[in-house]
Amino acid sequence: MIRLIDVYKEYDNGTKALKGVNMRIDDGEFVFLVGPSGSGKSTVIKLITGEIAATQGKLMVNGYSLNNIAPRQIPYMRRTLGIIFQDFRLIEKKTVYENLSFAMRAIGASPREVRRRIPYVLQLVGLDQKADRYPGQLSGGEQQRVAIARALVNNPSMIIADEPTGNLDPQRSLEIMMLLERINELGTTMLVVTHEKNLVNRFAKRVVAIENGRIISDETGGYYNGEKI
Amino acid sequence: MARRFDAGYYFSEGFHSIFTHGFMSFAAVCMIVACLLIMGSFSLLAVNLDHMLGDLEAENEFLAYIDENYTEEQALGLQAEIEAIPNVSKVTFVTRAQALEDWKEGREQNDLLDSLQPEVLRDRYRIHVSDIEQLGQTVDQVELIQGVADTSVALEIAQGFVLVRNIATGVAAVLIGILLIVSLFIIANTIKLATFYRREEIAIMKMCGATNAFVQWPFVVEGMLLGLTGALIAFFAQWGIYQLVAKLVIQGNGLSLVTVTSYLSMARNILAVFCGTGALIGVGGSLLAIRKFLQV
Repeated sequence: MIRLIDVYKEYDNGTKALKGVNMRIDDGEFVFLVGPSGSGKSTVIKLITGEIAATQGKLMVNGYSLNNIAPRQIPYMRRTLGIIFQDFRLIEKKTVYENLSFAMRAIGASPREVRRRIPYVLQLVGLDQKADRYPGQLSGGEQQRVAIARALVNNPSMIIADEPTGNLDPQRSLEIMMLLERINELGTTMLVVTHEKNLVNRFAKRVVAIENGRIISDETGGYYNGEKI
Repeated sequence: MARRFDAGYYFSEGFHSIFTHGFMSFAAVCMIVACLLIMGSFSLLAVNLDHMLGDLEAENEFLAYIDENYTEEQALGLQAEIEAIPNVSKVTFVTRAQALEDWKEGREQNDLLDSLQPEVLRDRYRIHVSDIEQLGQTVDQVELIQGVADTSVALEIAQGFVLVRNIATGVAAVLIGILLIVSLFIIANTIKLATFYRREEIAIMKMCGATNAFVQWPFVVEGMLLGLTGALIAFFAQWGIYQLVAKLVIQGNGLSLVTVTSYLSMARNILAVFCGTGALIGVGGSLLAIRKFLQV
């Protein structure tokens, strides 16, 4: 569960990125976070992942209060999250399997746990036949599936996807979004940051719109880009 | 998933990373070798200088003249008293006759010299000291012995030796210290370049929930292995250079004033110091280099 209570964020250069944001995401929800460039979406993601700290306000992520979290506790908070990036961020010199095992070993999983978990996750994202391929040998959609598998592999309670379809064509984007929906149905909370109004509108999930650092709407089954919010 | 110290994983990652980023590893090893060779050469120079000064010190002595009224037997009786002085390492009694012979030696033969009688000289002791820095005090103690009429000592020369040795040791220590710090930063920058290519990996690990220690350990292992590799190469290269320089020094050393300490006699110490320093600058450099990238 995520809770932001009256959160403000001002960067060192004086930019006021968030101005009193309140947001609650419960376990098992699927939420789209939408808004134009510079609206504060990325700041929300960075606050949730512990990359930056809020200037003011309260922030809770999966049972961790980020207002007074010790730096050495941040890794353990992050283990409750899976993060997907627009540019995939795969390690080019590692195979699909190695990219996933790398993420598992990073949190201290044993080789046995790695061998047991990775085939299951690869099957879930439809890449069980491509475990030995390198990222450069895969299409954009497949690379994003690897990134989703990597986010899933440590069994997080929540996945945060930052523009996950930004580099994909419409058909691949739809496939990725359907995959994220399926993962959500299996019980993982999903927070998807996106610009793509067609996708948002098609899935009819909860939509939180942010603009100029303020939440301007929050509606389940909402639409994006002014059609209906 | 249990939190644990996975030494096998850290070693495997650190070892493989050396070959994955082969060029940067090569550059880091070259830097370590160069730094150790410079430090090693200065250290060996300091060691040789110290040995040479030690040899010169060992030859340092002063003379204690015995009262001319003392018979040879009475003079000999003072030996035990002189030997009892703490800083005295060796005492040699020289009779007046022997002293005259020594004095005549090396001088041209002539009648005037032949007419000299031993009685114009005094019996004496040639006294060696163990610590040249306490020469002045030792001379004072010898002069207090009844029967010692006078002493002859080149105190300025002795103090000169001490000064030269102290300056040489100080300069070498300062130079080695500066080189050590410079090496650390050069290695840190070299490894930082290697780390820069891997910042994405580090960021991914951090985003997955890896602790700083987990991220650092493979780099520590890598730095240590690079440091030890550099140390071994530097040890053998230093050996070759030292032998070559020693040969040239001995060949051009007509007066035999310069002595060269054998490399083999110091080999174990050099290897230990090189390995320790190599590992230190490898690990220290790695930790310095990675510090910035951990702030994700």
